[in-house]
Amino acid sequence: MSLAQIEIQVIAALVATACALPGVFLVLRRMAMMSDAISHTVLLGIVLAFFLTKSLTSPLLIAGAALMGVLTVSLVELLTRTQLVREDAAIGLVFPALFSIAILLITRFAGNVHLDVDAVLLGELAFAPFNRIQIFGVDAGPAGLYVSGGILALNLLFIAIFYKELKLATFDPALAAALGFAPGVLHYAFMTLVSVTAVGAFDAVGSVLVVAFMIAPPAAAYLLADRLSHMLIYAAAIGVLSAVSGYWLAYALDASIAGSMATMAGVIFLVCYLFAPARGVMIKRRPVQA
Amino acid sequence: MTTTAVEVRDLTVAYKDKPVLWSVDMQAPSGALMAIVGPNGAGKTTLIKAILGLVRPLAGQALIYGKPYLKQRHLVAYVPQRSSVDWDFPTSVLDVVMMGRYGALGWLKRPGAAERRAALEALDKVGMVDFAERQIGQLSGGQQQRVFLARALVQNAEVYLMDEPFQGVDATTERAIVRLLQELRSQGKTVLVVHHDLQTVPEYFDWVMMLNVRRIACGPVREVFTEPNLRATYGGKIAFLNGNGVGEIQDGYRTALSQPVL
Amino acid sequence: MDIGQLFHNLFFDYTLRTVALGAAILGVVSGALGAFAVLRRQSLLGDAISHAALPGIVIAFLLTRSREPVVFLLGALAAGWAATLSIAAITRTTRIKDDSALGLVLSVFFGFGLMLLTFAQKLSDARQAGLDKFLFGQAATLLQSDVIAMATVGALALGTTLLFWKEFKLLTFDADYAASLGYPVRTLDILLTTLLVVAIVIGLQTVGVVLMSAMLVAPAAAARQWTNRLETMVGLSGLFGALAGVSGALISSAMEKTPTGPVIVLCISALVLVSLLFAPARGVVWRRLRDLRNQRRVRTAHLQP
Repeated sequence: MSLAQIEIQVIAALVATACALPGVFLVLRRMAMMSDAISHTVLLGIVLAFFLTKSLTSPLLIAGAALMGVLTVSLVELLTRTQLVREDAAIGLVFPALFSIAILLITRFAGNVHLDVDAVLLGELAFAPFNRIQIFGVDAGPAGLYVSGGILALNLLFIAIFYKELKLATFDPALAAALGFAPGVLHYAFMTLVSVTAVGAFDAVGSVLVVAFMIAPPAAAYLLADRLSHMLIYAAAIGVLSAVSGYWLAYALDASIAGSMATMAGVIFLVCYLFAPARGVMIKRRPVQA
Repeated sequence: MTTTAVEVRDLTVAYKDKPVLWSVDMQAPSGALMAIVGPNGAGKTTLIKAILGLVRPLAGQALIYGKPYLKQRHLVAYVPQRSSVDWDFPTSVLDVVMMGRYGALGWLKRPGAAERRAALEALDKVGMVDFAERQIGQLSGGQQQRVFLARALVQNAEVYLMDEPFQGVDATTERAIVRLLQELRSQGKTVLVVHHDLQTVPEYFDWVMMLNVRRIACGPVREVFTEPNLRATYGGKIAFLNGNGVGEIQDGYRTALSQPVL
Repeated sequence: MDIGQLFHNLFFDYTLRTVALGAAILGVVSGALGAFAVLRRQSLLGDAISHAALPGIVIAFLLTRSREPVVFLLGALAAGWAATLSIAAITRTTRIKDDSALGLVLSVFFGFGLMLLTFAQKLSDARQAGLDKFLFGQAATLLQSDVIAMATVGALALGTTLLFWKEFKLLTFDADYAASLGYPVRTLDILLTTLLVVAIVIGLQTVGVVLMSAMLVAPAAAARQWTNRLETMVGLSGLFGALAGVSGALISSAMEKTPTGPVIVLCISALVLVSLLFAPARGVVWRRLRDLRNQRRVRTAHLQP
C-alpha cells in the first residue's frame, strides 16, 4: 500500500464515521430525507459565501453552508406549518429550488472559477492526497485529513456533551420541552452540525454519497442494536468498513471510489437485512403482514 | 337454526414476530348486530381486516356464508376507521359515496347517473344530502363518519364490517348511526362493529365477540357479556361501576393492560 | 432580445421550439402523475427513483451498447421498479421507517450507478452515449426525434391514467377499501408507480436527476391550492408543469449562460409560492386577512356588548 492509498482510506474512514454519528439521530428522528435536502442546498451557501469572500478556501464558506442548511430546515418547517403541503412535499419543494439558484449562480457568474458542480455532487477522493498542507515548508499531510478529522471531532464533541438531551429529544420531544431542555434550540444546533458535516464530507465523497454515509450505516446498525449507544458504535464501525472495503472495490474495478463505498454500504446493509441476529428476514420467522 | 353469516375458524395472524390473533373462532349468525370488544392491541381491527383478506393469516380462515371472502366480495361492505384516509384529499362527499359502487362497476367503467342516484339516496339516509358537493375536509368528525357509512350503504351488501364507527363522533351522530345499524338488522343484514364503549354494548347490540388476542367469548350479549368474561378480556383490571356486569375500564388501565405473552 | 422576437423564435427557431415542446410535454406528464404521488405521500419517491435510475441506464447501455431512448427507458424502468420494491420491502419487514428507506435506496443505488458508470467509461464510449447528461439534463441537446419519443411515451402514460382513472383515484384515497371491493391493489400500485417512473425518465434528459423531483412535486403542490377536485387538480398540475416548462425554455434561451433545467424549476417554484400565498380560500394571505378581520370583530364585540 502506498502512502496515498493509506491517506485516502484514512480520510474516507474519518468521513464515514463523522457522517454515521449524526446519521443515527437522523434515522431515529425520521429526518433522513432532510440530509438529502441539506446536502444539496449547502451548495447555495457555499456559492453565496464565495461571492462575499472571493475565496474558495475561506472558512466563511463552511459558515455559509451551515447557515443554508439551517435555512433549509426552517423553510421546510415553515411550509409544513401552513398545512398547505405535507412535510415530504415541502422537502421536495425547497431543496430543488435552492439548488437551482446555486446552479444558476455558478453557471452565470462563477463559470471561470473552479467550483465544479460535478465534483460537488460526486466528489473525487482520488485527488485528496494531492491537496496538501504545508507548515513552514514541511509537508503536514493532505488537507482532507484535517477537514475530515475536524468534523469528526466536532460531531464526537457535540454528541458527547448533549448525549442525554439528544436522546430525550429524539425519543420524546414533548417531554424534553416540558423538562426545559429546549428541544427547538437543540434541534437547530443539531441540524447545523449536520450541515457542517455535509459540507466537510462532500469535498471527499460528494453530496449524494454524504447521504449514503449518513443513512446506510445507521440503518444497518438499527437492525443490529437495541441501545442508542450500541447503535452509534455499530454505525461508525459499519461506516468505516464500507469506506475501506469500498476503496478496494474501486481499486479492483478502477471505478469511482465514492460510488464503490456507497455500494459497499448498501451491500453491508443487505447482509444485515438478511442475516441480522433476531431481525434479519432470513433469520426470523417469515413475517406475514399482507 | 339460522345460517351463519360470518365464520372465523382457528384464525392466527402475526405482525412481524408478534401474534395479534391466536387461534380465534367466531360465528356471527345472519341478522346479528355484533360488537367486537377488547382492550387496545387485542386484535379487533386485525380480525376485521383478516375477514376482508387485507391481512394474510398464518393459519385458519374466514368464511362469508360458507365461502371464502374472494367469492363473496359482493356481499360485504367495509367501513374503515375514519383516520385511515387523508381527509384533505381533493374530492367531494358525493364522490366518496359513489366509490361504494366501484366494486359493482368493475374495471374501466365510469360511474354515471345511476351511481349518482344511489349515492344521493344513501346520503339522504345518513342525513348528509345537503353536503353532497362539499370537500370532505370541511366536514366534522361525525359527518365524515356518516359519509363512510353512506359509502358502505350504496354497496347494498349483506354483511357490514365497521371499524370503530363511533370513534370521535358527536352524540347526535352516534344515535343516528345506531338507528341505522338497527334498521340494517331489521332488513336481515349482518353487522359487525369494532366497539370501544363497554357501557353501550347491551343497549346497542344483541351479539358480542370478546377478544384479547384469543377469543374469550362469543355469543348473545345476555349470555356472554358477563363479569367473568369481561375480567378475562381486560386482564382483570376493570373497574365495575355497577353490579350487573356492565362496566367501564378505568382510563389509565387501557394502555397498562398487559399483553398476553405467547 | 425583445418579447416579440422571443415568441417568433418559439415557433420558428428549431432548437428553441424543440426544447420548449419537450419541456412542455415533460411538464404535463410529470405534473399530472406527480399529483398522484403527492397525494399518496410519495413526494420524495420521485427523487429516489430518479437517482436510482442511473444504474439501470448504465446496465442497459452496457448490455446493448445502444443509445436508443427506449433502451434507456427500459433500463431506468427496471431500476426504478427495483428501487421501489426495495423501499417497500425495507419498510414492511423491518423497523426502518420510510424516510430512511428512501434515503438509503436513493444514495446506494446512485452510488452503485456511479461506480458502474465510471467503470464503463474506461471501457467504452459511455460519455458519448450521453450518460453524463444524466445529472443535470441538457435540454439544448433535445432533438425533434427525442420530442416525438417523449410525446409518444407521455401520451401512453396519460392515456393509461385516464383509462384507470376510477381505480387510481380509489387506490390513492383509500387503498384498503379498494382491496375490500376486490381491486388488486398491488397491481394497481405497481402500474401507477410504473407510470411515475415513465414520467421521470421522460424528464431526465431535460432537467436531470437532481431537479426531477421538483417537476413531480411542485406542479401538484401548486395545483392543490386552487381546487378541491382531483380531476381539476391533476389537470391544473399538468398545465402548471407545461407552463413552467415553456417559460423556463424561453427565459433560458433569452439569457446567456442559463441552463434550462434550473430555470424551469425556479419558474415552477415561483408558481408554488404564488399559489401558497394567494390561492383563494387556502392561500396564506387570505387566511391571515380573515384571522385579522375575525380578531377585530371579536374585539369590537367585546367593547360594545
